[in-house]
Amino acid sequence: MRNAWLVPGIPFFSFLIVGLFIRPLSEKAAGWVATAALFVSAFFAYSIAWDYFSHFGIGHEGPALVPWAFEWLRYQDHLTATIGTLIDPISILLMVVVTTVSALVHLYSIGYMAGDDGYGRYFTFLNLFSFSMLGLVVAPNIVQMFVCWELVGVSSFLLIGYYYRKPSAVAAGKKAFIVTRFADLGFLIGILILGYFGIEAFPHIGAKIQQEMAGLSSIPIQAIDFAFINHPATAHYILTTAGTVLGLSTLAVACILIFMGCAGKSAMFPLHIWLPDAMEGPTPVSALIHAATMVVAGVYLVARLFPSFAAAGTPLDVVAFIGTFTCAFAAIIACTQDDIKRVLAFSTLSQLGYMMLALGVATAVSPLGHTASMFHLFTHAFFKALLFLAAGALIHGVHSNEIWDMGGLRKKLPVTHLTFLAATLAIAGVPPLSGFFSKDEILRAAVENHHPIVFGVALFVAGLTAFYMFRIYFISFWGDARSEKAEHAHEAPAVMLIPLIALALLAIFAGFVPMGEYLGTSHGGHHGIHWNIAIPATLAGLIGIALSAFMYTGTRERYVAVARALGGMYTVVKNKFYVDEVYLFVTKNIIFHYIARPIAWFDRHIVDGAINLYAWLTGALGRGLKPLQTGQVQTYSAWWISGAVFFIILLWMKLS
Amino acid sequence: MNELMTLTPGLYHWLLLTLLLFSVGLYGLLTRRNAVGVLLSTELMLNSAALNFVIFNRYMAPGFVDGSIMAIFIIAVAAAEVVVAMAIFVALLKLKKTADVTLMNELRG
Amino acid sequence: MGLISWYVVIPAATAFAITLVPKAKPMAIRWVASTGGFLLVLLSAIVSVKYWNLAAADIELLRTSMFTKLYMVEQWTWFKSIGIEYFVGVDGISVLMLDLTAIIIFTGSLASWYVTERPKEFFALLYTLVTGVFGVFVSFDLFLFFVFYEVAVLPMYLLIGIWGTGPRNYSALKLTLMLLMGSAGLLVGILALYHGSGIHSFNLIELSKIHFPEAFQLWVFPIIFVGFGVLGAIFPLHTWSPDGHASAPTAVSMLHAGVLMKLGGYGCLRVAIYLMPEGAIYWAMFFMALATVNILYGSLGAIKQKDLKYFTAYSSVSHCGFVLFGLLALNLMGIKGAVIQMFSHGIMTGLFFGLIGMVYGRTHTRMIPEMGGLAKVMPWLASAFYIGGLASLGLPGLSGFIAESHVFLGGFFGNQWHDITLMRTLTILATLSIVVTAVYVLRGLATVFHSTITNPEFEKLTDATLPEKISTGVLIAALAIGGMLPWLFVDLIEGSIFPFLNRLHESGMISSL
Repeated sequence: MRNAWLVPGIPFFSFLIVGLFIRPLSEKAAGWVATAALFVSAFFAYSIAWDYFSHFGIGHEGPALVPWAFEWLRYQDHLTATIGTLIDPISILLMVVVTTVSALVHLYSIGYMAGDDGYGRYFTFLNLFSFSMLGLVVAPNIVQMFVCWELVGVSSFLLIGYYYRKPSAVAAGKKAFIVTRFADLGFLIGILILGYFGIEAFPHIGAKIQQEMAGLSSIPIQAIDFAFINHPATAHYILTTAGTVLGLSTLAVACILIFMGCAGKSAMFPLHIWLPDAMEGPTPVSALIHAATMVVAGVYLVARLFPSFAAAGTPLDVVAFIGTFTCAFAAIIACTQDDIKRVLAFSTLSQLGYMMLALGVATAVSPLGHTASMFHLFTHAFFKALLFLAAGALIHGVHSNEIWDMGGLRKKLPVTHLTFLAATLAIAGVPPLSGFFSKDEILRAAVENHHPIVFGVALFVAGLTAFYMFRIYFISFWGDARSEKAEHAHEAPAVMLIPLIALALLAIFAGFVPMGEYLGTSHGGHHGIHWNIAIPATLAGLIGIALSAFMYTGTRERYVAVARALGGMYTVVKNKFYVDEVYLFVTKNIIFHYIARPIAWFDRHIVDGAINLYAWLTGALGRGLKPLQTGQVQTYSAWWISGAVFFIILLWMKLS
Repeated sequence: MNELMTLTPGLYHWLLLTLLLFSVGLYGLLTRRNAVGVLLSTELMLNSAALNFVIFNRYMAPGFVDGSIMAIFIIAVAAAEVVVAMAIFVALLKLKKTADVTLMNELRG
Repeated sequence: MGLISWYVVIPAATAFAITLVPKAKPMAIRWVASTGGFLLVLLSAIVSVKYWNLAAADIELLRTSMFTKLYMVEQWTWFKSIGIEYFVGVDGISVLMLDLTAIIIFTGSLASWYVTERPKEFFALLYTLVTGVFGVFVSFDLFLFFVFYEVAVLPMYLLIGIWGTGPRNYSALKLTLMLLMGSAGLLVGILALYHGSGIHSFNLIELSKIHFPEAFQLWVFPIIFVGFGVLGAIFPLHTWSPDGHASAPTAVSMLHAGVLMKLGGYGCLRVAIYLMPEGAIYWAMFFMALATVNILYGSLGAIKQKDLKYFTAYSSVSHCGFVLFGLLALNLMGIKGAVIQMFSHGIMTGLFFGLIGMVYGRTHTRMIPEMGGLAKVMPWLASAFYIGGLASLGLPGLSGFIAESHVFLGGFFGNQWHDITLMRTLTILATLSIVVTAVYVLRGLATVFHSTITNPEFEKLTDATLPEKISTGVLIAALAIGGMLPWLFVDLIEGSIFPFLNRLHESGMISSL
């Protein structure tokens, strides 16, 4: 397990080598080297998973190891940011997911990006992203988490804006970066709070925790390590000594601020606005970054800090609320969008909401939601990556993102069709595909921890998910070709189909992984199907599918009539509830116009004006005195003599 | 004041004379436009100073000649000064084509 | 002559050598200048390694020391009657600043490869200026310090006035006058220290052994702090900076924003805080609030700028705010962060101004709205600009993050003398700038480099040439090394910061504040 650092390390070195040396020489080689690096990295991830679980066994909570770490940045005593690898069940889970999806996406990209003039640059950035994401996953402390968090943000920015000559792509990249940056402000302040109280608590409990950690970590524990922050003694110390802020305990405030960062990265309402726009990037990027991996970083961080969130209490309610709301909100919007990638983006939002709400309904004593969330993260990564890659194959074939340009593609792109169908069934929660199992656990977590409203909403969204996913499925694959391009569509090359097939297998069978056993949080082998929950959930899915089939396989009049019947509501939903417009108004009109511009003016005219006024006054004084300097000796002598006389008189008066 | 009212010329009468001489010179120095006039005015002031030496020698320390020597010294220096000053004026006249000192304001920069 | 004196001798000799080269051989002038710069980089590398080995042994001693420990000292009497000495040496902070200056002058010389107007005088003045800068960083005699300080400030007038662009006379005059106003205050402060000490010495270490009365510190501290603060662009005395930078030629902007502005922060720490800890404690919150204004105001001011140089200058105002902010947190992390920020911002701004000069040399415009799509024709410059931009918004992996995270932690952790709620409020306000910075950096760069080429003339432009690539490459490497191997900074400077903290604690205990 000591070689765990290779998992993020290989992509990192590959990033440097490809970026600096291979790319200038051969673009083609850059793609293959980058891809190979990820496959090797995936191999190490699997070997670590194998080692860990064969060593510690399954069915109980495995220990959190830090087998490799070094001091990176010493802020002060007990506050050293280390770079290291944290190995515990959820980091292993994420490592496996990220390396698998990333390797497959790399492979797919070799076909998809062929002939593009930024081919080498693309793979360099993709490697940078993989490194950052894996670094985030294995972060043993909150500073490494933040560092990698920002790095995934910037690689996402670079990849969204990959087509840099397209203004909309550039704008989308900017938007993604700035929105998540804004959210990271909360994360940063949260870190400051946790760091401060961690240092305050350290003299009291540091030694004790250090003792407990003996043998698990290769370097001394620091106040910003997750092992320290998540320790019950730390939470207890902060809760009892730190006082309250605005009626909330300081710990709760810190957790909520950190959740703000998570909400930004995982695109929770109201910070979700960047994700649909991020679809401007190349489709494999959307699959990897904006569906399977980076966007789950927020979920992962909440899961990572779950003991603190649970100890503070309130933050989990916030998580549950925001998660549930986003889940429904995004699903409703997804029903009306026409761009296939945007539908998938909103579906991602909705599924992320699922994961968040699962975490939100979990508690310290009943952490089923935690397992369910991680399970859903696991399955979702596969079927959502598959959906995007299949959509990419569609776009590759049809040269359009609009679902209304497609139609009748199931015969022309048979492999794509079948894999897309598998993923659609998985996300719709049809048994026995993977989505069914993970969704089932989430619903059960909601029921068991007595959150009937969350359960109700989640069930409704399950139906809605099936509806909108089958909507795009029916429109693009059934019926007749709706455009010239769709007539001449062709199947993608093999290098793109192999990842599709691999992911389809995963999307179908990933549900059979006994996740509870691995994560060790399910008590007494609960894994299995709970018919009282599974039946309504499956029914909801089937109703959604049926409704979708009814509306979109027949004549056009059916859904037009529905849209017309909904009237204004339909327009509002179609325009995504005008959230973007509100943001635009706030930034453009209020911040830029009423803050930034006046400040620029103020500086030029008031502050600088004061300086110039001062200079002018000095100048004016000089100009006033200037006539005295006639340059004529006679005037000067006159002055001199008057002065002399004046002083003589003065002296005389003084003496007499 | 009483001493000035007598008809016999004494120290104060002489001093009044030199004061007048000096004032005339000073006035000339500050107001003459012609450079030579300015030079003449300085001569008047120098002469009044020389005269003062002689007068003080006569009234304050009769029997000594220090004051008279100083007066001769001043006359010699004044002669030298006139030579230098006239040379400068000639040079200025060549350069500026005028001897009007009010037009010479090089000090103004 | 010891190693440290070479820091003054090499640039002075380079300046002199340049005056000997015939005017007609501009290539020779460039080579002499760049060689001088390269020698300085080499010297810095030697000194850094040597310092490292010397200081590593003393770290435990420094933890408790009350006095800055100098290494590689050279001390000769200069004017015995009034106690002026030639007293040079280094501690960790000055080593880092010397490294920065060497890198900037080397890359600045390369970036000025294409100066065509009077290159001889230009490079000679540039190296005169940099002699002053090096002198300031090595002198530990206040008089010598002041002399070098003036040598560093004055050539700026000529450099901007002759080789500048735009309203260069106005800017040059404004810059010089404002900085001289600061140095006038500084002179008063230094003389006050000289007389107040009663030992008739300008030796900084000797002076630090004197405990200045509290009342004395309370009025001298702000004079010296503001005197240096003007150069550190403290609000509201920062307005020389946008105008000055905008008008200055490339290498001068690089040196000025990269190094000269650091003299301000360096002086505040070295003289004001070191000699007058009680004054520092008394005035910290006032100046910290001003620094917060700097941070936010500079970054908000940058959003609406249209000229790339004004844009960068406002961003400098914001980043220099971090230096003062960190110093005034008066704790380990704050001061460490401030020193790292001086280095990091120096490199970053050097890179920015260098690149602006290179882009301007091609497009002949600096107006952001007039440019667009340049990434296609100048990929190297665009990437370098992006890396600089990302460093300036504090991206981890580049040195800006190391500095800013230290400063934020320092501000948030507070110190025992000041109201922690106030310090935290100021810190949180300061953190807002990371978002604003992201906004203006991305807006600016995306407009200049992305989208399609707006002006057909731009299609014909070329990418960076070899000297330009070396220049930007060295700066980027410095940013990346600083960001990825931050322990290099920490090991270098941490030991030298302890004396400052020990002095603060000592005076905090004995004074009534």
